[in-house]
Amino acid sequence: MMKPTSAIGPLSNVSLARRAWNIRRKALLMGEVQGQGYIGQALGVADVLAASYFHALNYRPDDPEWEGRDRFLLSIGHYAIALYAVLMEAGILPEDELETYGMDDSRMPMSGMASYTPGMEITGGSLGHGLGIAVGMAMGLKRKNSSSFVYNLMSDGELGEGSTWEAAMAGAHHKLDNLICLIDFNNQQADGKSTEMLSSEPLEAKWEAFGWHVQRVDGNDMEAVVAALDAARAVAESKPRAIVFDTRMCKGVPFLETREITHFVRVEPDEWSKALAVLEEGTPA
Amino acid sequence: MTRASMSRKYERRATIAPENRIATSAMIASLAAEGYDTEPAPFGHALVELANERPEIVGLTADLAKYTDLHIFAEAMPDRFYQMGMAEQVMISAAAGLAREGFVPFATTYAVFASRRAYDFIAMAIAEENLPVKICCALPGLTTGYGPSHQATEDLAIFRGLPNMTIIDPCDAVDIRQSVRAMADHDGPVYSRLLRGKVPAVLTRYKPEYTFELGRAQVIREGKDVLVVSSGFMTMRALDAAEVLAQDGIDVAVLHSPTIKPLDTETILEQAGKGRLLVTAENHTIVGGLGEAVAAVLLRAGVTPTFCQIALPDEFLEAGALPTLHDLYGISVEKVAEQIRSWI
Repeated sequence: MMKPTSAIGPLSNVSLARRAWNIRRKALLMGEVQGQGYIGQALGVADVLAASYFHALNYRPDDPEWEGRDRFLLSIGHYAIALYAVLMEAGILPEDELETYGMDDSRMPMSGMASYTPGMEITGGSLGHGLGIAVGMAMGLKRKNSSSFVYNLMSDGELGEGSTWEAAMAGAHHKLDNLICLIDFNNQQADGKSTEMLSSEPLEAKWEAFGWHVQRVDGNDMEAVVAALDAARAVAESKPRAIVFDTRMCKGVPFLETREITHFVRVEPDEWSKALAVLEEGTPA
Repeated sequence: MTRASMSRKYERRATIAPENRIATSAMIASLAAEGYDTEPAPFGHALVELANERPEIVGLTADLAKYTDLHIFAEAMPDRFYQMGMAEQVMISAAAGLAREGFVPFATTYAVFASRRAYDFIAMAIAEENLPVKICCALPGLTTGYGPSHQATEDLAIFRGLPNMTIIDPCDAVDIRQSVRAMADHDGPVYSRLLRGKVPAVLTRYKPEYTFELGRAQVIREGKDVLVVSSGFMTMRALDAAEVLAQDGIDVAVLHSPTIKPLDTETILEQAGKGRLLVTAENHTIVGGLGEAVAAVLLRAGVTPTFCQIALPDEFLEAGALPTLHDLYGISVEKVAEQIRSWI
């Protein structure tokens, strides 16, 4: 496994696979506290988050609002459990707050909001908002002659929102080469498979037609994820970049992976510790 | 399939006498205000003047620069102007993103599109985070004869329910010019109704020392019989109607409240407590606008003057010529005077 290239502190020699494993473990611990949570999505997107925060992104854990940081927008507010896990792993949120997840007075509500959580750039949750805000932030960074990137993490379900495509056109029209859209394609939304709700395929052709550089990779293959993030940043043309990550819900916990997958994966009270135990078996170096 | 409940305006009998029929104005036409001096594009010129002082100001529009007077800014400062195309949702979201990066965006479109189409984006990307985006919208209320697609008769009701949102309904060129700076000075989101083109200068004629102050209602005309509390161009209508009524010996005071939210409750209560007939006048549906806001303030304080409302009906309005429609819906000078006379 390749090592992270961005220097973010004393733990930077930890492998990306271990980072992803840590993110999964933290998400399961948070789910255990609440007895619920969007754990299927968190387990599925953990590799993309690990590669983003421990390979691609430039930031300062002790100063989440540092002007020179790359912006990472969580458009999918209900993925907050996954972002909290990576923010803790990155040292932006203290780990001892883990057990407050979703509780009254917590800084980590069930749906992600900028005003509650350091490191949460925007209030997501009303789906189809993130990319448009990312367009504005990318325009703003260009006005400031900043070299920072704006990453927007969105879901396949959000591809059904018209606002996503308004933003896609705007990103290309304004030549936002500092904008990278990450699409977690787990083919699952509230009422069923995304491809059966409102199909967005052929997806690469769509983004390309909208004027974007596009890649599609296995979002649970760390080397492929890292290579795609590197390639996205290195595109020479003045156009925005999209990466479609095909991911597997519940990745890393086989007995959940094979369960009938739904938007809100059912986990019985005694299964959280079982899931953690299964995960422990596969602890990477 | 036909349904009895569906609106079929083509079946109704003609209501306007043939000799009184006039043509609908083009969208870009200015609001007619007889007898007043006008100023060209007060919003656009004021924004350029302010932007010269403040580098953080940027402008965005959704294909309506010319129709919101933002073209003045676009021509003067092309590198600070973003044409977002006919895409209100991303215009609003991008304005939020620019505000996050330290800029003060002025975003323009028509009031119908901001309030109806972009509402969720204004609510979540801007208002919930209390970002300083200034949303300035033309064609408020009944200022076009194009019909409900362009008549924003319920915009104030929609935005009044939105926490953190400051709402301005300016009367004239003076209000518009001066409110641009007040909006920029306010560290939060603002929705402002906009009159464009040749905009009459009204308030300083009646009160030469008048200046716009955010959150403040001001008495423009004193009077002992009636108190009209008004906003937007209905203050102009109230002032003109007051002149008409004066000839009948009816003395009408006009309290202009250009800030709809937060409402100047102190001034309203002070003026309402003087025993006069209280009339609210607004270019907005009778539901959820200035009138109901004032009524709630009065009731909560236990101040109960005789209360009457001049407002647009709770209906989708007709298409047609503005003077015809203003008469039809009771917001012309003549009809305002008539209604007040009938309530005395």
